[in-house]
Amino acid sequence: MIVGLSGGSPPRGDTAMPVDMRVRLGGVELPNPVLAAAGCAGAGREIAQFTDVARIGALITKSIMAEPRTGNPAPRLAETPSGLLNSVGLQGPGIDAFLQRDLPWLLSRGARVVVSIGGQTVREYAGLAARLSDAAGVSAIEVNLSCPSAPDAGRMFALDPQAAAGVVAAVRDGARRDIPVFAKLSADVTDIVAVAGACITAGADGLSLVNALLGMAIDTVTMRPALAGTYGALSGPAIRPIAVRCIWQVRQALPDVPIIGTGGVRTGLDALELMLAGATVVGIGTAIVHDPSACARVLRELEEELATIGVDRAADVTGQAHGSARRGRLARGLSRPA
Amino acid sequence: MQVRGTVLTVRRADAYHVLTLVAPAIATRFRPGQFVTIAVGGPQTSMLGRRAFAVHDVRPDHGGTVEFVFEASGPGTAWLAGLRARDPLDVVGPLGRPFPIPRDPTSCLLLGVGYGSAPLYALAARLRERGCTVDFLLGAASADRMFGALTARRTGRSATFATADGSFGARGAVTGMLDQVITQARTEVIYACAPVPVLREVVLSASKYEVPVQAMVDVPMACGTGVCMGCVLPVTGTDGITRIVRACVDGPVFRGDLVRWDDMGTIPFDAVGAPRGGWGGEEPSHDRGVIRGVAPPGGHSHAG
Repeated sequence: MIVGLSGGSPPRGDTAMPVDMRVRLGGVELPNPVLAAAGCAGAGREIAQFTDVARIGALITKSIMAEPRTGNPAPRLAETPSGLLNSVGLQGPGIDAFLQRDLPWLLSRGARVVVSIGGQTVREYAGLAARLSDAAGVSAIEVNLSCPSAPDAGRMFALDPQAAAGVVAAVRDGARRDIPVFAKLSADVTDIVAVAGACITAGADGLSLVNALLGMAIDTVTMRPALAGTYGALSGPAIRPIAVRCIWQVRQALPDVPIIGTGGVRTGLDALELMLAGATVVGIGTAIVHDPSACARVLRELEEELATIGVDRAADVTGQAHGSARRGRLARGLSRPA
Repeated sequence: MQVRGTVLTVRRADAYHVLTLVAPAIATRFRPGQFVTIAVGGPQTSMLGRRAFAVHDVRPDHGGTVEFVFEASGPGTAWLAGLRARDPLDVVGPLGRPFPIPRDPTSCLLLGVGYGSAPLYALAARLRERGCTVDFLLGAASADRMFGALTARRTGRSATFATADGSFGARGAVTGMLDQVITQARTEVIYACAPVPVLREVVLSASKYEVPVQAMVDVPMACGTGVCMGCVLPVTGTDGITRIVRACVDGPVFRGDLVRWDDMGTIPFDAVGAPRGGWGGEEPSHDRGVIRGVAPPGGHSHAG
């Protein structure tokens, strides 16, 4: 890390007090704000040999559904500039296998577990919330609203404030009161603040912003869609500016709502950017595909970065970009990083 | 393991490139059939998928080197081909289930197409240590795409070659030579690394002689660790139940008779969790078995 001095206060660095990385997320205390995002850390086992799952803030599971699902046929992945398109189609073992096998394993490793749930009907979501409430050790529930709604001809719940709110209300009803519920929203909407507001009114304790965006690639050799599922979800650094924009907009409209920021975070500086926009914690997703130790690395980089800036508590940077410019890096006598 | 390897050499081998890197932690843990993944394009790369390569060989030099073979066919592999000695490389491995090795001396046929033959030479060495005999059957589009023919000739009890254009060995496909080789060599097990359509035919031919096939599948991967769910294929478990499994963690070596070759690129209706009459199933599934569990025979449980 190269951070030059332009006069003013001395750098914090080696001699600085360690940064207090603890954060509170919807009433849950986490040791740090770096989480593994849903869908990119499996159920934890896959990344465990590269990242100590107990060290990261929390692990958000791949979306769990009521029944086992095969997902879509291959090809499921296409590489795009600074992004990945996927049409995995929510392949998963179902809630029974998750509760029997994956959740106990994660808890035995000392991980804090946020369970992402997906469904095709409001009732399926509510049932999952109830099942998770009977299990010990679930830190929070993240509601993946980017699932196709069966009664609505496969339209994503997240596209419509009312449909999203309906799911959130049912999950909040079905879940134990002490388990916070986070609604994960799609950026593929005209007005994300409207969907966010509807979810909070429906009882969500916080929001996850944002899910992967709908995209498509065509194989110019076969002249057919590159993915068997035709469309795919675009993730990775390519979508980071969209995530920052959505987090910013929602933070401005709903300044007290805790936000799990996800979207293209690859480095500690990227994580800092999302926190400055308003994220309480940051999820690492596609970066794990590229670097299986990404969570541990981003956590280390973020901590170093905060120490360099001279921040005492990680929680203090959340939403700072909305404040006065004089609070910035330059005001602290530090130049911009290259 | 994820390590920062160091490039030792990148050399040309006709149509292919051979990259040797110093990575002792991976070299010492490697078993034939396993692979490594490489992050390509440098720290600020726009290419997020890791590139997966079957390991060709490991050697004790420099504390431990790892060698793999590739064709510079896209921007990621072109970047690799342009690396120089001492360049650093982000390497993860060894990954995947290795080839199972017979306990007793066995007549083994090693079949490779193109640079699919690369992982077979380390396997051959291991098989010979166990007292097995090794015959090679190698195919390629043309002579410059035949990898390791000299080694095959030198180390195999027999070596048979076929090229599509007839520029090396017989003219035609390896599958056309298979009956003859199996009969002459009295093959008891086949180890194959080839494109999926070839593997399918090999498994079909071998079944006539009741010869088991250990097939290393070549399917696109993006992570190699099991998180991206990209490299899936339908495989029947030893319990008779078909699951959609990941080649990177459940393979890349599979028992040939358990892969649903005709259903590659599809979701068979009888797979665990397959949609039943619409998007996702309304009917409850009777099986809630684990996704994993497609262990190759031979007692190898180590998953890398």
